[in-house]
Amino acid sequence: MTSLHIKSARLIDPANQQDTVTDVYINDGVVLAIGEAPANYKNNKVIDADGLWLLPGIVDLSVYLREPGQENKATIQHEMNVAIRSGITTVCAMPEPLSPIDSSARINLINEKAQAAKATQVEIIGALMDGLKGEQLSNMGGLKKAGCVAVSQGLEPIHGLNLLRKSMEYAATLDLKLFYQPIEHSLLAGGCAHEGAIATRLGLPPISTAVETTAMAQMLMLVEETNTSVHFCRLSCAKSVELLKQAKAKGLPVTADVAAHQLFLTEMDISDFNTLCNTLPPLRSERDRDALREGVATGVIDAICSDHQPHDIDAKLSPFQQSSTGISALETLLPLTLRLVEEGVISLQQAISCVTHKSAAIINKSKGSLAIGQVADFVLFDPTQYLDISLDTFQSKGKNSPFFGWNFNGRVVSTAIAGNIIFHQR
Amino acid sequence: MQLATDGQLKHFLTIEGLSPLLLEEILDRAEQFLSNKSQNKSPVLRGKTVMNLFFENSTRTRTTFELAAQRLSADIVTLDIRNSSTSKGESLLDTIRNLGAMNCDMFVVRHQHSGAAHFIARHCPAHISVLNAGDGHHAHPTQAMLDMLTIRQHKEDFQPLKVGIIGDILHSRVARSQIHALTTLCTGEVRVIAPRTLIPAGIEKMGVNVFHNMEEGLDDLDVVIMLRLQKERMQGGLLPSEREYFSLYGLTEARMKLAKQDAIVMHPGPVNRGVEIDSRVADGKQSVILQQVNNGIAIRMAVMAMTMSGQAGELARQ
Repeated sequence: MTSLHIKSARLIDPANQQDTVTDVYINDGVVLAIGEAPANYKNNKVIDADGLWLLPGIVDLSVYLREPGQENKATIQHEMNVAIRSGITTVCAMPEPLSPIDSSARINLINEKAQAAKATQVEIIGALMDGLKGEQLSNMGGLKKAGCVAVSQGLEPIHGLNLLRKSMEYAATLDLKLFYQPIEHSLLAGGCAHEGAIATRLGLPPISTAVETTAMAQMLMLVEETNTSVHFCRLSCAKSVELLKQAKAKGLPVTADVAAHQLFLTEMDISDFNTLCNTLPPLRSERDRDALREGVATGVIDAICSDHQPHDIDAKLSPFQQSSTGISALETLLPLTLRLVEEGVISLQQAISCVTHKSAAIINKSKGSLAIGQVADFVLFDPTQYLDISLDTFQSKGKNSPFFGWNFNGRVVSTAIAGNIIFHQR
Repeated sequence: MQLATDGQLKHFLTIEGLSPLLLEEILDRAEQFLSNKSQNKSPVLRGKTVMNLFFENSTRTRTTFELAAQRLSADIVTLDIRNSSTSKGESLLDTIRNLGAMNCDMFVVRHQHSGAAHFIARHCPAHISVLNAGDGHHAHPTQAMLDMLTIRQHKEDFQPLKVGIIGDILHSRVARSQIHALTTLCTGEVRVIAPRTLIPAGIEKMGVNVFHNMEEGLDDLDVVIMLRLQKERMQGGLLPSEREYFSLYGLTEARMKLAKQDAIVMHPGPVNRGVEIDSRVADGKQSVILQQVNNGIAIRMAVMAMTMSGQAGELARQ
């Protein structure tokens, strides 16, 4: 029996409205007591956490693992060790065409690799369509048995609304939530930058906001009609936040997330053809970014995720339009989320909520909280240290981050899964 | 990125951000080359090697760059890259590194993707000057400068001028560079005239007035710049037919009467007669289209000479 006594940490646990300096006692991987030591408690180990924040482990709703299939970009072993250093204790693996997660064999393979990594835990978002080709339903029953927590078509199109509707109903039959990234592919038409003055000046094919809003409006009608539950992934425009707000007011069973970079970067950041800022959805206008921030502040947007998309160097070394989309983002998820607090956008409680229990709720997991009886996935965070993001310090195999040169207050010093400290660096 | 630390040109990638003085200098330099009627070779680039890298086809631009380099006594090699390495799967970066290793001094680049010339300038060896001969829908700065030269030869001053650019603004790198050049040179009014499907979002932020009606847009113009309409625009819902385009936006003699009496007509070529412009206008006395072509050589000579000396100065300082 292992036990752990975390001494005088500032426990910030928004799921239970906790923000106090206290002692936490962990036994057998779960939180045993908060405050007073229980009778007969024997310490194996004491951590003096004076001055540190004790946070629930972060649950990241979107990570592209790249494995199996694209090990030149990243491996599960490596990236899950990066995630743990970044305070992330659970990630959701998104399906993509070269690693579609459309069979139980693939799920088993990912699970084996993740367990062997002995780091961050991986939850699986299975493919909605076979091979993500958008033509035939995947064997969702088998995927569910193998343990996937939701299904998604990722960034890939679904051929026809009839098929989309049927896939929603079938997934709902199996009680699988749909993760839907609102992109109307027929409007996308080869675009690569937010439609507006910047894309026009650079001569880059535009992506209008209607690419997202028409897909979203259509999906909301289908949600209403089929009464299925849908999670909207990676919102990028002001109008989408408005649509979501209306849908929630109507009581539709919908949730949404936003990628952390979308709350900071705008179309201005691509103005020297910076391929590191080539993302899908694209970086939008300042007005859109502000509306996304407002959406997080008011709770219309439920969660913030990394949308981690590591790339090999070559993927970004080309003219903008030809470069691959996505940002390597595990290491900036928590720092950027906390930067929102410094900038007065949201409270510290809200910030932690958006990356812990609220994201866990979306995948129906009772994670992201440190109440008594909960599995002790936790992070110790030192608010007095500094974190420099640079090529030298960046750990992910994917070096495609536009945040090199940014400095952040605070740093993760320890991360534990089920009471076991896996990462520690004072 | 295209300027050396002393403000001289070392690459020529876009007009955007260049000073009016620098643009005037390019025009003056080109005038000097034009005034050399004997057409003797200038020794400015003797011993230098220029590589023409054409990832997209072109006749006029490629040829005028070749002639310009030859008249400056440079050695020039033209590579039609569409049919070689890139089609065998080599990345642009590898192509550039390989060619960069061949000890040349200047790349003239035409590429189908916006920002390609910037990309090459960023990644090629430091002593090489990069000249943008057209990248995607982004920029075609030498074309814009030869147009400015043509305008200056006919109109003394840019300030009182009303200039209209007519046609496929959405896909046109020429239009974007012309707009930057015209606004930098303090042109009185710059208009873009096209149906809504061919006007990109936010173009007015570049300092132009947008017109969708040809007659209103032509009114009182000093300079009429027609753009080429590519046949593939008839697909994808941008336009219904060439015939309808000509009836709404074609430049005819009747429509030319709406512009000023001494207005000039320009076209970057190649001309689609009967699609964007009537032959009687294209070959008429207000047309300066062939003069543009001749000016193209002088402008390219000027830019080659200036970037080469800017780059040499930069290297000397390092």
